[in-house]
Amino acid sequence: MKIYIRSSACISPQNTFRNESFLGGPVAYFGTRLNAIEPDYKEFIDPKLLRRMSHIIKMGVAAAAECLNRSAIEMPGAILTGTAYGCLEDTVAFITRIVEQNEEMLPPTSFIQSTHNTVAAQIALTLKCHQYNNTFVHKGISFESALTDAMMLLNEGETDNILVGGMDEMTDTGFTILSRLGLYKRQPVSNLDLYATASKGTIGGEGAVFFLLTDKASGDNLAELTAIRTIYKPGSQKDIENWIIAFLAENALAVNDIGLVISGRSGDIRQDNIYKELNTSLFQNNALANYKHLCGDYPTSSAFALWLASNIVKNKNVPSITIERGGGAESPGRILIYNHYQNTYHSLMLVSAT
Amino acid sequence: MRKSDMSSPVYIAGVGVVSAIGNNVAENLAAFERGEAGMGEITLLDTIHQGKLPVAEVKLSNHELAVMTGMPADLSRTILLSLVAAREALTDAAIPSPDSLRMGFVSANTVGGMDKSESFFIDFLADNKKGKLKNVYDHECGSVTEIVADALGIKDFITTLSTACSSSANSIFYGARLIKNNMLDVVVAGGPDALTKFTLNGFNTLMILDPEFCKPFDEHRQGLNLGEGAGYLVLVSENVAKSLNKEMYCRLSGYNNSNDAYHQTASSPDGTGSYMAMTSALKKAGLQPSEIDYINLHGTGTPNNDNSEGMAIKRVFDPKYPPMSSTKSFTGHTLGASGGIEAVYSVLAIKHGIIYPNLRFAAPMSDLPFEPEKYFLKGQDLNHVMSNSFGFGGNCTSLIFSKT
Repeated sequence: MKIYIRSSACISPQNTFRNESFLGGPVAYFGTRLNAIEPDYKEFIDPKLLRRMSHIIKMGVAAAAECLNRSAIEMPGAILTGTAYGCLEDTVAFITRIVEQNEEMLPPTSFIQSTHNTVAAQIALTLKCHQYNNTFVHKGISFESALTDAMMLLNEGETDNILVGGMDEMTDTGFTILSRLGLYKRQPVSNLDLYATASKGTIGGEGAVFFLLTDKASGDNLAELTAIRTIYKPGSQKDIENWIIAFLAENALAVNDIGLVISGRSGDIRQDNIYKELNTSLFQNNALANYKHLCGDYPTSSAFALWLASNIVKNKNVPSITIERGGGAESPGRILIYNHYQNTYHSLMLVSAT
Repeated sequence: MRKSDMSSPVYIAGVGVVSAIGNNVAENLAAFERGEAGMGEITLLDTIHQGKLPVAEVKLSNHELAVMTGMPADLSRTILLSLVAAREALTDAAIPSPDSLRMGFVSANTVGGMDKSESFFIDFLADNKKGKLKNVYDHECGSVTEIVADALGIKDFITTLSTACSSSANSIFYGARLIKNNMLDVVVAGGPDALTKFTLNGFNTLMILDPEFCKPFDEHRQGLNLGEGAGYLVLVSENVAKSLNKEMYCRLSGYNNSNDAYHQTASSPDGTGSYMAMTSALKKAGLQPSEIDYINLHGTGTPNNDNSEGMAIKRVFDPKYPPMSSTKSFTGHTLGASGGIEAVYSVLAIKHGIIYPNLRFAAPMSDLPFEPEKYFLKGQDLNHVMSNSFGFGGNCTSLIFSKT
């Protein structure tokens, strides 16, 4: 059975939401943290509800609504989300009040909205969608876990269209703590020169990206989501190579069949060596693209990569701002997304032209 | 995607549980038979609610849990509880050569390492340069799963779900589907949650905590008691089940996840989501309502949940009601762990032919033509048992376990 991406919607630090120019005018930032460019939410969310909603809920609900608009499907057969950190803003707000008010006179709103399934729940509530609703919260493969669930549901014949998204929000507290944990660069950088600065740390990012997955072929589909695979703590670089080769072989492909490899290079020298080695060995003849300089690094950023890949095969155009090597001449029919998160979780997504 | 066989059965080969009524399966069963609830005064959390709100604590300190598991005592209590129950389940399953099988660990929790994050934030809020980073490092729900998977030696597939109070019921049927889709042979599935100031205060702000021991499905119920613990099943494919030199507990025959789509925290008056979860799980199992021999209720003891769940049960089962009870009258509401813990109880009910009592039930709810079982019943022939788990965000899940 083939699984297709019918539509997508992406809120990110770039002008990706309802923008006809496909990353034509990349937004430059100088710093170590990229914040999402927010649409006018009033079109998607009742203003009364909007006031109470945190950043991630607004981004998620709006991206989901726009994705559905673009699919011409009113009611999805399932709603799935992946988020590593969940509703961080509300979580921190509630903890802060517990500490500062010594557990007294606490308002319930931030607690109510702190549960990790809030975005998926709010989408269901908005649509009055009673169908399967699930949320995955597993670090760097939260989005991949949700996609795996979606592909299984389609495979099982439970439904024929599924709304699935990946989202995380960058908050001040999250940024401070993750900086102390050494995730980000110590000096500000220009995001568009991210790969030119050889130093430790990456730049933080955020976003909400939704897809409508279906098993129905149509000329309107963006792309085929051919396969997805994750691996946990591979032992060596050779293990990663063998794993990629085996994944392609299972899909009756060799590495030369891949028109473009989108990799999760983050600008962190501690993380990027794995990509660099692959790019001169297994992927030595492949065109290469990057994406984290555009959306920043965050655990569900692979959703941005899938948005990029599916729109590349649809538009038959690789945005120049993403290209690391080659990729000019022919539009790629098959794209392999390879991302790893802290060298702990590695994921592969294979996207093909329909 | 590899060839799947959705009709292939998934068997339960092992069970493990830790809760306020016992640190393993045997202790939990013994507490049920004695009719002994696990609630008491708060002893572990440093909170202003001590002495005012009862909770159902696991009767082990973090230090004792660390000794028991061989893990460092400064880890989140959620991790330690998870490992106790998951390891018991895996040991119980006694799979002779796990290295030759594709193994997965699918776990679920609601607040990850929040117990540790809470101590971090006390110092951090005073000065953003302060706060022991070790205490916030495993804040994420996924960290809890990852550390336990490493301790169990499972690495082929691990993931974490979080759908509030239905979390680990969803992890169990996600695990079963990974087997049916021929992605894995064995899955340890369920979930933990530890008591935290975050959840205690959260539920307290919603004014749904009973200052007395909770009374699920009683006309005069006043709310829930929070609990903690973990519960896991070892799910295996038919091929693995045949290769094991032991009798399977039962099989997971039905499951469904539906959404109430009514309110972020409240359940609809007619129980739309829970009705859909129960009827669709029955359909998946190919069963009539009359074939269910026992329902392990979600039964939190809040006026809203029990009314909504009760109305849904009336719509599904009227006029013939199976015996039913809320084991939360023993364990308190263990949030993300409750689906896993109650799945273990449901599996044990089939295996041992027992029905658990619904403690402290006195007055039937005026709108409902049925009442929960008050006594511990032995020697029952249970073919099909339903377990309900409902959560914030309208997440409603029903599982059905059937005799092999």
